[in-house]
Amino acid sequence: MLRYILHRLLMTVPTALLVALAVFVLLRLVPGDPAQLMLGDTATEETLAELRSQLGLDQSIPVQFMYWLGNVLVGDFGRSITNDLPVLPLILDRFRVSASIVLVAVLLATLVAVPAGMIAAWKQNSLGDLMIVAGATMLLSIPSFWLGLLMLLLFGVKLGWLPVVGYVSFAEDFGRALAYVVLPTATLTLIEIGVVTRMARAATIEVLRLEYITHARAKGVPEGRVLWRHALPNAFAPTWTLLGLILGNLLGGIAVIETVFTLPGLGRLLVDGIFARDYPVVQGCLLFIAIMYVLVNLLVDLLYPVFDPRVAAE
Amino acid sequence: MTPTRPSAVPAGPGPLLAVTDLSVTAGDRTVVDRVSFSLQPGEIMALVGESGSGKTMAARSVLDLLPPGVRRSGGRILFDGRDLSALPPSAMRALRGPGIGMVFQEPMVSLNPALTIGSQLAEGLELHRKLPKDEVRRLCRQMLDRVQITDPDRCLAAYPHEFSGGMRQRIMLAAVMLLQPKLLLADEPTTALDTLTQREVLDLMVELTRDNGTAVILITHNLGLVGRYASNAVVMERGRVVEAGSSRDILLRPQQPYTQTLVGALPRRGPARPVPPDARPIVSVRDLEVLFPGRKHLFRAGRPVHAVKGVSLDVRPGEVLAVVGGSGSGKTTLGRAILGLVPAKAGRIHFAGTDIAASDPAAMRRFRLACQLVFQDPYSSLDPRMRVGPIVAEPLRHAEGMDGKAKAVRVAEVLEEVGLAGFADRHPHALSGGQRQRVAIARALVRRPAFVVADEPVSALDMTIQQQVLSLLQRLQAQHGFACLFISHDLAAVAQIADRVAVMEHGLVVETGTRDEIFDRPQHPYTKALLEASPRIDDLAA
Amino acid sequence: MRLRANAVIGGTLIGLLATVSFTANFWTPYAPLRINLRARLRPPSDLYWLGTDEFGRDVISRLMAGAATSALVALMTVVAAVVLGVVIGVLAGFLRGWLDRVLMAINDTLLAFPGILLALGLMAVIGPNKWGIILALGLAYAPSVVRVVRGAVLSVREREYIEASRVIGNSEVYTMARHVLPNCVAPIVVLATSMFGWVVLAESALSFLGLGVPPPAPTWGNMLSAARPYLDQAPWLSIAPGLCIALTLLGINLLGDALRDRLDPRMVAA
Repeated sequence: MLRYILHRLLMTVPTALLVALAVFVLLRLVPGDPAQLMLGDTATEETLAELRSQLGLDQSIPVQFMYWLGNVLVGDFGRSITNDLPVLPLILDRFRVSASIVLVAVLLATLVAVPAGMIAAWKQNSLGDLMIVAGATMLLSIPSFWLGLLMLLLFGVKLGWLPVVGYVSFAEDFGRALAYVVLPTATLTLIEIGVVTRMARAATIEVLRLEYITHARAKGVPEGRVLWRHALPNAFAPTWTLLGLILGNLLGGIAVIETVFTLPGLGRLLVDGIFARDYPVVQGCLLFIAIMYVLVNLLVDLLYPVFDPRVAAE
Repeated sequence: MTPTRPSAVPAGPGPLLAVTDLSVTAGDRTVVDRVSFSLQPGEIMALVGESGSGKTMAARSVLDLLPPGVRRSGGRILFDGRDLSALPPSAMRALRGPGIGMVFQEPMVSLNPALTIGSQLAEGLELHRKLPKDEVRRLCRQMLDRVQITDPDRCLAAYPHEFSGGMRQRIMLAAVMLLQPKLLLADEPTTALDTLTQREVLDLMVELTRDNGTAVILITHNLGLVGRYASNAVVMERGRVVEAGSSRDILLRPQQPYTQTLVGALPRRGPARPVPPDARPIVSVRDLEVLFPGRKHLFRAGRPVHAVKGVSLDVRPGEVLAVVGGSGSGKTTLGRAILGLVPAKAGRIHFAGTDIAASDPAAMRRFRLACQLVFQDPYSSLDPRMRVGPIVAEPLRHAEGMDGKAKAVRVAEVLEEVGLAGFADRHPHALSGGQRQRVAIARALVRRPAFVVADEPVSALDMTIQQQVLSLLQRLQAQHGFACLFISHDLAAVAQIADRVAVMEHGLVVETGTRDEIFDRPQHPYTKALLEASPRIDDLAA
Repeated sequence: MRLRANAVIGGTLIGLLATVSFTANFWTPYAPLRINLRARLRPPSDLYWLGTDEFGRDVISRLMAGAATSALVALMTVVAAVVLGVVIGVLAGFLRGWLDRVLMAINDTLLAFPGILLALGLMAVIGPNKWGIILALGLAYAPSVVRVVRGAVLSVREREYIEASRVIGNSEVYTMARHVLPNCVAPIVVLATSMFGWVVLAESALSFLGLGVPPPAPTWGNMLSAARPYLDQAPWLSIAPGLCIALTLLGINLLGDALRDRLDPRMVAA
């Protein structure tokens, strides 16, 4: 068990390094001279040279990478070109907004979807199963940003219950802040219910076919307990892995939801950075999200043996 | 030692279980058709049949544990004076466990991998007997001790994956017997285990049930087990009972044609074939060693497995040399290593007098082209995307001096030999297991090899099919005279086909001899144990 | 029974998409790019079935033209990702050894980026245009193809009929081409189908963010993006393009389920 944890932790180091390298190389692929891009056509040769040496662009690429990596490791992600603020605090500030929505959505979706999927699997091919599967497949097919627009249309425009544009932080005014995040969270929750329900159902069907379920029934275990105690831990294991992927994908794709609901989150920071050619911000966001994704999956893997004790033994 | 109980059961208040006109349907197909049988308290009854006979469905109906889509469509099941077909679900549930218990076939999937052994053992007691915690624990430990698990305390906290198949089957048995059921349904409980373990688990089951006065329905396809353990037997074929009676009568004096076929399908030892004493071996193996490297981890390599530890043997032209042993004895690896499919760590192989070294590709290729392999599992040894004709024709790609016409003639000839003329256009999935194995044999023989390795070629097949394929192999071997290395754990099949036998244990050949020497005068203790554990019906006649 | 319904509904939806995509170049009620400032933000009527947008352009014509763009982009992306993924996956699964380890290390790093994030990063580099999207999404989704293909190759290699082919005396390359690859087709087809759906979604998300196909060329995503400020005034602009995306994805999901059940009942539906 300890060996598994250690092994998994150590495997994360090279992955994280490669991720950093990939982000670095990606941004080096931008055609043209970054200094020129940042300062525009009117810049003089002198100011360009100054910026180049300031950014370390006059060094060789491996040296630049080591230099950049060293800075990143001590938390220096560089400064934004548009407003000259340090990038990391900016990212952390925006990340709070995105993370709260994503985490709550995944949690809510799991609480609804896992039982729904299990019930559908238990009553496989019944009318209830058919309806759950049809509903999940429909939710799966709706693009998140469109569902967000429809929600805004209904609750914001038609019914006027919730605000359409804007954001207030929780520190400022809890009640109003809640009003701004209800719809984005609900949107993501609904979308993820589709994915998780289907996964939970498929995994439960696999498990219910196995003999240890029949064995439990042959011992006289009531159906509810068969599902809850014997099927759930085994069926939840693959779903649990999926949750890591979902969390990462949500973080990666959060930009669209933040655009729909005009929320100042991490995704919006990234997209605005791309538009403004603010490369330190873009680089920082990409690296941050990718590392978060790696960490989330690390956490998922570390907790996996709880659901499947066989893994730790290998 | 014969654990068989006397077939005359003292007349009691009536049968423990009486099944009358039971029918089970799957969709619109009838899988159990008006089946009746009955069982006295404490009796061991065998329910015998091949795959598709409906024996498992008939037994599962008793517990009302049929798979989805399969349901009981008629008949009465009386258990302990109660009509089970009229029982509400909750009463049925109360009966499962303390009334009727069940042991399953696959020990690898019949214990829940996510729960500790302790919690799975305790579950039944907690549900049905409402005992205090430490009393439950005491009973569990006692029972684990009973099924010969060393260190029961550690076992209670462990997960199923930490145990071997045989151990899990004992734990399974312990879990069921803890509730002291009046009836135990054992569904092929030892089919997945090797001969020695099978014997241990079944003996244990008989002992435990006898002490508890539990009646047993032993569902099996193995007639040898019927003779050894059951007092009565019911034979099923395609959903119907064809014959019922005492095990002795069924095995020694079968009345119905199907039962006669079944009993007749048991491998029989024929007269020994004369072996020319000075024949030079066609394949000669010296000091062969195979070492599997352990799985690589980040910091350390796993322990390497020494699968074959220096084996020497000779195969003479035209003879069948059987290699027998339990699982993990290295017999399969030996066969693969001789053919060069698994790299050998040390040792030499001579083929027709020449040394087959990896350094001589021409000799290696000549050897390869003269050899063939028949696999155990006919379901995975044929490419599912190819038709029978091309599968059988494929080895002829490398046959020199044959034109297209000659190849086509050869393929037709071989298919005819294995009884599959006219099957060339079928896909493997449209064939039965026996037919697939015939295709595999045809593919192996189409190049007229001098040496064939047959790796458990019949053990995945049904009894009657086993005998057909075994006889086919025997006939073709006699006809074409190829030398054959017959790898098997099934001593009965070996007795029928082998000229000589090599016994393997832990990667070593512990004994070699002619068939009759090995079977009649075994020297090594392992050989003796194998023979003793191997179920035979000849014992009954004695 | 349910399988048949899946295949029929899914097939119909995708067939409709294909038909509209093919014919949009030859026939739309109005020219999709024609601006008519006198007919701005008209609600649906018998003149404009789905209304007009902020420049007075006919919504249904733009949806049809958008279908053509989306379908083309998705198709080319999937082809690019599958070709790239199959080549690398087969190479890795076939050769094994150090090359496999290097390829898989790179691949796993790319998989450490959520697909849409990698595409976003690449779009930042390449710049928003049609070919840029195909390149970015193709590169973003190829790693999952690599993973599936390599897995399939490795698992098929373990089957006994592969060993049988070796016993016959066939070469490794022949065995690979004749026995291994044909048996890897099923999972690739299933993956490619679902990937078509992911790409349609990713492309519309990028366009919605303004990082996809640039206006005035219509795509469903940039139509939705342009509709956001008029949510109040002209809700029909937000409904129609989203519905098109949703129906396409529904079609792909249903078709994917049917395919998966038919080709490979052991693959878990996710």
